[in-house]
Amino acid sequence: MTAETTIKRPRAGRIKGGRRTILTIGMLAAAAYFLLPLFWVLVASSKTSADLFSTFGLWFSGDFALFDNIGETVTYDGNVFLRWMGNTLLYAVTAAGGGALLASLAGYGFAKYRFKGNRAMFMTVLGAVMVPTTALAIPTYLLFSRLGLADTPWAIILPSLINPFGLFLMTVYVQSAVPDSLLEAGRIDGAGEFRIFFQVTLRLLAPGFATVLLFTLVNTWNNYFLPLIMLNDPDLYPITVGLARWQGQAAAAGGASGDLVPLVITGSLLSVIPLIIAFLFLQRYWQSGLVTGAVKQ
Amino acid sequence: MTATATAHKTRTGAPERRGRPNRSGRAGYLFVAPFMIVFAALFLVPLVYAAYFSFFREQLVGGTVFVGFENYTRAFGDAELWTGIGRVGLFFLIQVPFMLVAALFFALALDTGLVRLGRFVRLSIFVPYAVPGVIAALMWGYLYGPDFGPFAQLAEKVGASAPDFLGADLMLGSIANIVFWEFTGYNMVILFAALRAVPSELYEAAAVDGAGPWRTAWSIKIPALRGALMVCLIFSVIGSFQLFNEPNLLQGLAPTVIDSSYTPNLYAYNLAFVGQEYNYAAAVSFILGLVILVGSYVFMFLTNRRSRS
Repeated sequence: MTAETTIKRPRAGRIKGGRRTILTIGMLAAAAYFLLPLFWVLVASSKTSADLFSTFGLWFSGDFALFDNIGETVTYDGNVFLRWMGNTLLYAVTAAGGGALLASLAGYGFAKYRFKGNRAMFMTVLGAVMVPTTALAIPTYLLFSRLGLADTPWAIILPSLINPFGLFLMTVYVQSAVPDSLLEAGRIDGAGEFRIFFQVTLRLLAPGFATVLLFTLVNTWNNYFLPLIMLNDPDLYPITVGLARWQGQAAAAGGASGDLVPLVITGSLLSVIPLIIAFLFLQRYWQSGLVTGAVKQ
Repeated sequence: MTATATAHKTRTGAPERRGRPNRSGRAGYLFVAPFMIVFAALFLVPLVYAAYFSFFREQLVGGTVFVGFENYTRAFGDAELWTGIGRVGLFFLIQVPFMLVAALFFALALDTGLVRLGRFVRLSIFVPYAVPGVIAALMWGYLYGPDFGPFAQLAEKVGASAPDFLGADLMLGSIANIVFWEFTGYNMVILFAALRAVPSELYEAAAVDGAGPWRTAWSIKIPALRGALMVCLIFSVIGSFQLFNEPNLLQGLAPTVIDSSYTPNLYAYNLAFVGQEYNYAAAVSFILGLVILVGSYVFMFLTNRRSRS
């Protein structure tokens, strides 16, 4: 793939073969490290409580209890786990869809229009990355509780709509993917600016849009701090806060021996599967989106 | 960086309809308006509110009173806060170099195309990014644990005892490992994407000049990654100094090791939501923001100076 393959010295083949093997072994070892906790959680989810404590953690035991554990996790405390999953899905999908749309519109505006304050606004948004989450979360909580929005889904969705990195990515993406000539052609045909955007441009932005969508989805799905402070009602919890609560109860109930431990483990497994699937299926999109972002950094 | 390329708008001289002067400029405002309105409402307003807020104090008698910089002077002399800042500073200095060097190495190795199963390896390294930080901390917490963690089990088998990963000495390292596990792949993907964007003529020219793979990596690939590395570094500064999820989760497993001010963010959280000291918490958060800002700028300044000389 890279250029060194084009120049062949006599012994190059053998050296390369050796190098290939060493690199491959090293990288497979690295992959094993990164997969280890996921493999562990899969194994641990498949064990009965007794086996969990008595058999070796990194291999399956005789009894395969995965489906029992799933059933128990899902039905515990009146199906609250399913509720948390549903909440997470609602928050993440709404925030990701809305956030990607806002970032696309704004990225297009910043990239293709010349107006006063364009650069100043853009840089202000980028600078916002530096502000620590607590500095924002505490006043946002206070404002939201004054407005009666704390302890509602809006408290999670609204702050998640703003993704400065997403705006940056979209702006860069519009510059590289949308030719001015296309917009001019649309204008000559008499199409309005918004019609041009929705009927011509948006299609070209699909990889960038998917990238921002996916990364906002992950950020919201994985968010812990914001829902932790915003929500009191357990029925509104996302999966992260819910599982952390279970873990807290398990730890408080006497070290790691609480009955909730198997549920926390199985719940962890269930909660990571959707995102992993999303990343695998949308691979082509987010990778090309990131490449475009990387060119301009 | 970006907005400079906006200049090309050929004027077709189309007649302005319905009294819309400078129609494209106005449309630009309309396109950015939704984002900017939400941004102002959920970013600028809370920030200004917090700034205002940090100049007051709530008292049992007399309600809320203006105290000027009192919260800030208190924060500057607050040993708990500065111990926490020192701890995340140490965390940053140790964890981030490991993580970025590993990410760089993985990206370069995968970019050579010499690794068999490269796609599988790349996805395996990246997949932890899709795992919520809370879940990562939960899983590693159990893996570290003495009850049914595999490390403790393995150690027991050979008649030794596993190191106390959740003890006071190793806790910061254990947290560093969790963060390494979560974010190395993310950084690797950014660097890998940047490598894909290097024009292939550069590699051809290097090959003609007789440069080997190490030389190519050092003289072409790494310089081409400067921008992407900078982005990774800034995100790492921000991430390290805001450390919260992992210590918050591990606190349940090791309450004596992780106190309420283990990291500055944990401290601000506890001040606000346990101690109800919202005003002081706001001041603490601002000081943390200032530390992050200064840290990021120092790095940008150092890197820029190095690249110029």
